[in-house]
Amino acid sequence: MTRESAHQTAGLNWKRELALSLLTALWLGLLTGPLLVCRLNPTDGSIVYRWPLLFYVAGGGFILSSVWRLLLARRNLRRRRAEVALQGPKRTWVDLLLASRRRCQGLWLVMLFLISLPFWASPYTVNILITALIYITLGLGLNIVVGVSGLLNLGYVAFYAIGAYTYALLNYYFGLGFWLCLPLGALTATILGLLLGFPVLRLKGDYLAIVTLGFGEIVRLLLTNMEVTRGPRGLANISPPGLFGLDLNALVKPRLLTWLPLDPNMDMNKVFLFFIMLALVVLTILAVFRLENSRLGRAWLALREDEIACQAMGINRVRAKLTAFALGATWAGLAGVVFASQVTFINPTSFTFMQSVMILSIVVLGGMGSIPGVIIGALVLILLPEELRAFADYRMLLFGAAMVLMMVFRPGGLIQSVRQVYLYQPAQPPDKGQS
Amino acid sequence: MSFGGLLALDQVDFQIGAGSITALIGPNGAGKTTFFNCLTGIYIPTSGTITLNQPSGPRQLHGLRPDQVTTLGLARTFQNIRLFNDLTVLENVLIGCHCRMKAGLLGALFRDRKTRAEERAMAEFSYQLLDRYGLGGAANELTKNLPYGAQRRLEIVRALATRPSLLLLDEPAAGLNIGETRELEDLIHIIRERESLSVLLIEHDMSLVMSISEQIYVMEYGRVIARGTPEVIRNDSRVIQAYLGEEA
Ligand SMILES: Nc1ncnc2c1ncn2[C@@H]1O[C@H](COP(=O)(O)OP(=O)(O)OP(=O)(O)O)[C@@H](O)[C@H]1O
Ligand SMILES: [Mg+2]
Repeated sequence: MTRESAHQTAGLNWKRELALSLLTALWLGLLTGPLLVCRLNPTDGSIVYRWPLLFYVAGGGFILSSVWRLLLARRNLRRRRAEVALQGPKRTWVDLLLASRRRCQGLWLVMLFLISLPFWASPYTVNILITALIYITLGLGLNIVVGVSGLLNLGYVAFYAIGAYTYALLNYYFGLGFWLCLPLGALTATILGLLLGFPVLRLKGDYLAIVTLGFGEIVRLLLTNMEVTRGPRGLANISPPGLFGLDLNALVKPRLLTWLPLDPNMDMNKVFLFFIMLALVVLTILAVFRLENSRLGRAWLALREDEIACQAMGINRVRAKLTAFALGATWAGLAGVVFASQVTFINPTSFTFMQSVMILSIVVLGGMGSIPGVIIGALVLILLPEELRAFADYRMLLFGAAMVLMMVFRPGGLIQSVRQVYLYQPAQPPDKGQS
Repeated sequence: MSFGGLLALDQVDFQIGAGSITALIGPNGAGKTTFFNCLTGIYIPTSGTITLNQPSGPRQLHGLRPDQVTTLGLARTFQNIRLFNDLTVLENVLIGCHCRMKAGLLGALFRDRKTRAEERAMAEFSYQLLDRYGLGGAANELTKNLPYGAQRRLEIVRALATRPSLLLLDEPAAGLNIGETRELEDLIHIIRERESLSVLLIEHDMSLVMSISEQIYVMEYGRVIARGTPEVIRNDSRVIQAYLGEEA
């Protein structure tokens, strides 16, 4: 080991990083100085010198640069340490939190909190949370395709649109209800997923991304230009989900108002939808978790890791790809039906490429292939912009910056996927436990 | 087998006896890996037949997909290791069990008793397989964290998980040191006995080839130029010429 690397493993070199940052700041000041400081006063031709500006820019540059440098140095240091002492799977505080014994109780508390929420929160909060839950479902569905199977799908929103339009159309023309349309929407999306799967079987990576992107656009253009879908005018008055034909607002709400701190403006249909979505998310999490740790899920993982080796292990590549596409689409279809009944009016502008990007960002930001990661990702990307309305103009900018920072510091996402650990005690009669 | 104008394999007549260890040697670019790819269905030979003799009778492999070939009992490793790097060691082996498992989509979603039993049995089988070949301690490690020698070994174990009757090893000793190569030799012998299968290996390490194989095929420019026991090959003038050049 050279002195340099011995030094680096020993600790963080504060002074060096700070000195380099100072240099960066000086350089920045030098470059921007003339433009920043001197300002010509056009009326009398005199020059105004604005020295404080230079100070701000250089100071800001110094702070940003040193934070950036120190973080990078710390990350590299950690990596090197990990290489030196090749410990077991790396654990972060999030993993520890999730793996703790009290995890189950914690989850129950979260569930109770969520269930109680509509009875005291504002209608606005409930509506936003429904949206967040829809995006969690979408993220988990896309996670099957992108995170687990490694098939980059940029047209995922098409399946979401298919689900929404299935419900909207059947409701508009035939008056079919939510509960019948939920499975129908999912089924239509699944079939479309299969149909998209066939032509892209041979494609990988960038090519796959381009074709799926095109597919998303085709679906959107069809919806815009077809007569049945009423084009850009969209479909309105989509019915909310029914509960045995009860009028929730007229019957249930007055009673609840006397007992609970319920918001008087609350639309009880939204509350019902919130609970439906909550149940759907719980079922989705369960299903995705089970899929990931099954024969099928492992086939998807193998497909992601190495297509040739995957086939050499006796996995039917075609079948693995098609099931991944189709199942991913199923969840988008489900989410679409709920979305249609949430907003009661849909038109093609709800299903643009930006939506696909949004869902993909949820998966990437949260952590490819990690269920808690996707949930956190969806919450961050849907709830934060709502909280930070003041910064609405900078939303895309912040979004981009967050992505860049993520890719540099946590390329695996906020919560990296943790592989299933199989415990085995050879001493006892052979027995497998899971943790 | 030909790629465009290049005839990569030409009139290769190859026989592997049940329970034997056969080696395939030849200079770089001779077509050895291409031959493996033809056997395992990655390439479909332009012409010719591949027959696998099973207890149930002979079976044509020509034109089958790689996964079908594997299911019929041909497993392979790759010249440059192709493990599933971001998965654990045990998961790698479990994926190898894929073609011996039945659970489908519904089984995965509902986790009925049959699926659970199968999962449990396969995890156990995989663990024992790892343990038997000295990787039990690393079962829950991420594969990419394994040292190189262990990765080579794991690739063999993963191939064994498909329960093959013929194991194809593409340069298993590449990159191993002398000690590891000796271990590999023992390992191949043990595998043949324990799993009762035949082994076909491509190898450049002559001392390994000479001591381990019962039958050697030598290939050059896509043709088999010699075949026989190690003694015969050692003294074959054409082989010496192929390896050492005209003068020898
Ligand atoms: N997919 C392909 N397309 C075109 N040519 C190929 C292809 N695969 C192999 N070849 C050619 O076929 C010939 C045989 O290659 P092969 O990889 O089988 O050699 P090898 O005997 O395994 O050599 P090595 O000892 O270096 O592994 C080479 O000339 C190679 O360039
Ligand atoms: Mg080769």
